[in-house]
Amino acid sequence: MNDFSLIRKNLFRKKLRAGLMILSILIAFAIFGVLAAFERAFNAGEATSEDDRLVVVNKINFTQPLPVAYFNRVRAMEGVRRVTHASWFGGYYQDPKNFLIVMAVEPETYLQVIDSDIIVPPQMREAFLRERTGALVGEAMASKWGWKVGDRVPISSSIFSRRHGSQTWDMTIVGIFDKRKPQIDTNFLLFHYDYFDETRSFGKDTIGWLVLQTTSPAVNDRVADMIDQTFANSSFETATDTEKAFNKAFVAQLGNIALIVTLVVGAAFVTILMIVGNTMVMAVRERTREIAVLKTLGFSSARVLRLVLGETLLLALIGGLSGLAIAVMATLSLRRSVSNFLPGLTLDPWVLVLGFVLMVLLGLATGLAPAINAFRLKIADAMGRG
Amino acid sequence: MSDTLVRLAHVSKGFVKGKEAIEIFDRLDLTIPDHDFVAVMGPSGSGKSTLLNLLGGIDRPDAGEIYVAGERIDDLSEGGLARFRSANIGFVFQFYNLMPMLTAAQNVELPLLLTNLRSAQRRAHVETALKIVNLADRAKHYPREMSGGQQQRVAIARAIVSDPKLLLCDEPTGDLDRASADEILGMLTVLNRDLGKTIVMVTHDPAAARYARRVLHLDKGHFVEQELAA
Repeated sequence: MNDFSLIRKNLFRKKLRAGLMILSILIAFAIFGVLAAFERAFNAGEATSEDDRLVVVNKINFTQPLPVAYFNRVRAMEGVRRVTHASWFGGYYQDPKNFLIVMAVEPETYLQVIDSDIIVPPQMREAFLRERTGALVGEAMASKWGWKVGDRVPISSSIFSRRHGSQTWDMTIVGIFDKRKPQIDTNFLLFHYDYFDETRSFGKDTIGWLVLQTTSPAVNDRVADMIDQTFANSSFETATDTEKAFNKAFVAQLGNIALIVTLVVGAAFVTILMIVGNTMVMAVRERTREIAVLKTLGFSSARVLRLVLGETLLLALIGGLSGLAIAVMATLSLRRSVSNFLPGLTLDPWVLVLGFVLMVLLGLATGLAPAINAFRLKIADAMGRG
Repeated sequence: MSDTLVRLAHVSKGFVKGKEAIEIFDRLDLTIPDHDFVAVMGPSGSGKSTLLNLLGGIDRPDAGEIYVAGERIDDLSEGGLARFRSANIGFVFQFYNLMPMLTAAQNVELPLLLTNLRSAQRRAHVETALKIVNLADRAKHYPREMSGGQQQRVAIARAIVSDPKLLLCDEPTGDLDRASADEILGMLTVLNRDLGKTIVMVTHDPAAARYARRVLHLDKGHFVEQELAA
């Protein structure tokens, strides 16, 4: 027997009580893990942003188009190193519920601008530039649908139609790209803007947005102001911002996810702190005489304090680790079903580390009051005088 | 009888209860030789348990000096007193005070967790202590699975497992029937006579006091009578 055995036996002396406390902590940490994974996924774009990349969208909102002519005008501006454009296709495969992230892009410049995000093998890059109906598919998307190079796939749009009435564009997969950074999700498809623009029935000569690289992050503000001033008072006024700010604003439309996570988890933790803390105070009070006996036998006050704190720490760790394990499993099972809307849903190691820190803090916070009571307990008072 | 094991010199002790100050001892003196077996009797509130608390270093006098096993304990720190108790004192209580979630052997092992003994050495000590109280076959039983007398024998094993010089027993038979009480008292007699333990036992029971070598009567904070046990 050792101190850990004592802690364990004390904790489980009333199995139902211990089980219910563990269950409440487990639920709180499962909620924390899943919500943190969602928060991380929502903000993944912000994390992958490059400092020298700016995004130009229609000032009304980013769903409104811009003239394709802006591409060449922006390219000529001072401080702009590279520029490209992309258009949201609103794609799906075979059935509208099979939603796909598909973008029509200017092939050569787009691959240059996002070169720091994805890896495209040289021969696939050349094939994509050469083949007008060619498509580059991310490894995650290719894996999900079982696509391989050479496959001819019909990709439909829920927004656009072709001049002959069909909503489906046939594309040939000429390459499969991989991610260059771990947080990049490759669940998207790129195809030629020219092929898209020449065959669509409306919206000709318009694009969704411009992405540009500046010569240095130091000139970002100046370049952004220059672009927005250039197109001010036109039919298509622009709003230019850094990629990081753009992604952040995009996520903010869905609400302040971080705040929601903090409030939900905070409420759960405060509730548990009160429940477990109160239960532990009562549990230790029930054992007043036993604690006095331990001290009588020669256990120091500091050692008794450690035994009580050890109990709440063990409780928090058992509940918390089980909760995080459930969160990992829940995230993995949800990942596939939400991958179209929320790619990159995963429980990062930092969430696990943060969870562990929270467990320790919860264990200490709930154990502090009963541990101090046990520390201060006077043997003579507890055992009685006569 | 040989050297002095316990000495109280001019010990005073009082409590404040509400607005009332209650004086328990006023300049109390007491000497207990090594290997003695002393029964302390007296009416409720006479200070019997307070005396045990002072001897065991779990309460402090307001004035005076207390020496146990050659060490002055009234001025030790809390940590020093805890170390002193684990090394020198064994306690036996009226209601056994065993840990309900530990087996008999684990209860007996508790004081040894404060020593540097290895696990195997601790097991050997526990086996010996349980054999002395004739409970070797109950080592894996929990307190709820044992009678009151057996629980008190486990408590005695716990008190002697670290081989203390002094056993302090607070009404050790107060919760037992006559037969179990006699068994416990016989065991204390053996510990005193054969193993040389010095025992101070508080009791209300004259039959229990007869097992001691000496009986001290406490009344209003003073020993009013000393008699040799029959």
